[in-house]
Amino acid sequence: MEKLWLIIKREYLSRVVKKSFILTTLLTPLAIVLFMVVAGFIMNYDGAEQRNVAVIDTTGILGTDSLGLKNNKGLNFEKVSGSVDDYKTSEKYDAILELPPIKDLMSKEYEVKYYSSEGILGTGVIERIEGDIEKNIYNYKSKVFGFNKDSLNSLKTSVGLERETLKEGDEKVSSTASIIATGIGGAMGFIMYFAVFMYGMMVMKSVTEEKTNRIVEIMVSSVKPFYLMMGKILGVGLVGLTQVAIWGILIPIIGTIAMYTFGMDAQEIQESQNQMSGMEVDAKEIESKMIQVMAEIKSQNWLLIIPLFIVYFLGGYMMYSSLFAAVGSAMGDDASENSSLTLPISLPVIIAFYIMFAVVQNPNSSLATWSSMVPFFSPIVMPARLAFGPPWWEIALSVAILIASVIFFIWLSGRIYRVGILMYGKKVTFKELGKWLFYKE
Amino acid sequence: MNILEINNVHKQYANHKAVNGVTFSVPEGCIFGLLGPNGAGKTSLIRIITGITKADQGDVILDGGKLDARHPSKIGYMPEERGLYKKMKVAEHLMYLARLKGMSKPDASNAINHWMEKFDINTWRNKKVEELSKGMQQKIQFISTVIHQPRVLILDEPFSGLDPINANLMKDEIYELKSKGTSIILSTHRMEQVEEICEYMVLINQGENVLDGSVTEVKNRFKENLFKIKYKGDLPDSLPNNIKEISRKSGEIVIQVQDEKDSNSYLDSLIRKGIYIQLFEEILPSVNEIFINVVGETKAAV
Repeated sequence: MEKLWLIIKREYLSRVVKKSFILTTLLTPLAIVLFMVVAGFIMNYDGAEQRNVAVIDTTGILGTDSLGLKNNKGLNFEKVSGSVDDYKTSEKYDAILELPPIKDLMSKEYEVKYYSSEGILGTGVIERIEGDIEKNIYNYKSKVFGFNKDSLNSLKTSVGLERETLKEGDEKVSSTASIIATGIGGAMGFIMYFAVFMYGMMVMKSVTEEKTNRIVEIMVSSVKPFYLMMGKILGVGLVGLTQVAIWGILIPIIGTIAMYTFGMDAQEIQESQNQMSGMEVDAKEIESKMIQVMAEIKSQNWLLIIPLFIVYFLGGYMMYSSLFAAVGSAMGDDASENSSLTLPISLPVIIAFYIMFAVVQNPNSSLATWSSMVPFFSPIVMPARLAFGPPWWEIALSVAILIASVIFFIWLSGRIYRVGILMYGKKVTFKELGKWLFYKE
Repeated sequence: MNILEINNVHKQYANHKAVNGVTFSVPEGCIFGLLGPNGAGKTSLIRIITGITKADQGDVILDGGKLDARHPSKIGYMPEERGLYKKMKVAEHLMYLARLKGMSKPDASNAINHWMEKFDINTWRNKKVEELSKGMQQKIQFISTVIHQPRVLILDEPFSGLDPINANLMKDEIYELKSKGTSIILSTHRMEQVEEICEYMVLINQGENVLDGSVTEVKNRFKENLFKIKYKGDLPDSLPNNIKEISRKSGEIVIQVQDEKDSNSYLDSLIRKGIYIQLFEEILPSVNEIFINVVGETKAAV
């Protein structure tokens, strides 16, 4: 046991002190947040310069005192009188926005002209101007037709589908809750998929390396091959837990900092929502939605989800990494042969990933239930379902099957591994691996 | 007393019998040659002795007891294909391997210091293994093999890939360890080394031991009663009946006798004739000759 501990310690320490590990661990959250900020920035990019826009409003819908157009996105609107030609040569204005008279109040089409020597405006800018004008026309028309604005607003009803329970004891889930659960589930499934692949491959690579640089023969003259394999699996597993834990802490922190620094407040969210839907959404509504979301996230049973996530993380990782270790022990220098050995193990991981997508959409389907029982899929599928609160017996059964499979596959891989690491220069097929299972020690 | 006894050991892989009833013993404190052509089963046998694999049948008695979990600490094994963790620092690496052999941290630390001083490589302590030259890596490999003061040291082709200086250094270390009571098993197919270094030997071919004993005794067993005589004077053309001439050139003759005593009487007759004898020597077969002879024979028999 002491030797196993020594091996775990080396496998763990030799990885976490590496510069590449420290850099990936610290930079990945930064990169993710940076990516989101940059993506957001690009989507909202509206040109750097300030442009003065002369607004010729022949309709009068933009109001007389305050202009119904917001000065933003680098555009300064100024209401002017006269015709377009008066301002075409003007030094003061870079562009002219002309609102022609509204001929037919019943028409649903209305064209506004934008005169400019520049090329096309950014879609964000166009949408904003269109949205603002639409709002003004809406107000104008409702005034002309004599509609009460409040009753008009009440025409639009937001419908939410609430799931009610049939039996006593069934859990009640709100629609927001299910959206949140989908988000959490998808994220967890994705982390699992990523972890199984990344750390499993890490184990495999390291096994093959030890074999090809021949240190393994010295190692197994001191310790049993099984301990060597377990030490590696556990050591790398701890590396994975460390990394995921650091990310789990860093990403929210950096994300929050970025949110405050780059000013993503409720006001802005509301505006962008407006643009997208072209509808008026109350800032208060957004805020209450946000509060609801936060409450929903907080109300998740994290005390259950997090330990179960760790159980599935370790279970899935151990099962797959032991298989990767077995395959790694059989590998030689031939890269194409190696990839044909990896494929059958990567395949279930990829299938599980696709099942996971279907499952977060439909967490109570029979596909979800059955794939949660298959140990090859459950480590990725079940974490994705946890936020939906699957029945406890399904969790219990799935964990039990997973643990049994972990033990079985570690045993199986151990038998292949002990033969594989000392076998050189032989072309290895799966049939051959099967034979190794029955070799005597 | 024997430090290691191999009793009728068998090992079968899939459809290939790697070791087929090998029996021999290694006396304590000697240098023992484990010989055999490629694929004879040497490595399989070594893996059984080092506990890497188990014998299907037969016993391995090490230091008076059957092989068990305590034994790795009593054995030092340097495989033919050397390997180290390239990214580890020298001192860390030695510490790791020493601890895996069951040494305590302070003991291992002392031993590392001792060997670093001895090989004068203290400055390399914190260098990564991959930064070392090949010769350097070999030294580290050797230190890692002997650091836990094993009772039995198994060296598989220890001189392969070494330059003459390092080979000599290695040889000196082997002698020094022997003088301290370590038993050393040298697996090789370089016969001249066996002749030079080993006291005992076993020859393995096709999974069976075909020959074993002390090197002198084995050589005597295969001797053909050949004698070389260097002389000054005129040798009679005809030889006695019981003596056969093998070769002759001026001042030198090689003869074969039927009985060892016959050589004395022949020598006596030459001296009486006033021939001046410069050299009289029995020609023993080299281990190389025995090897080729025996291995060739068994091959022919198959």
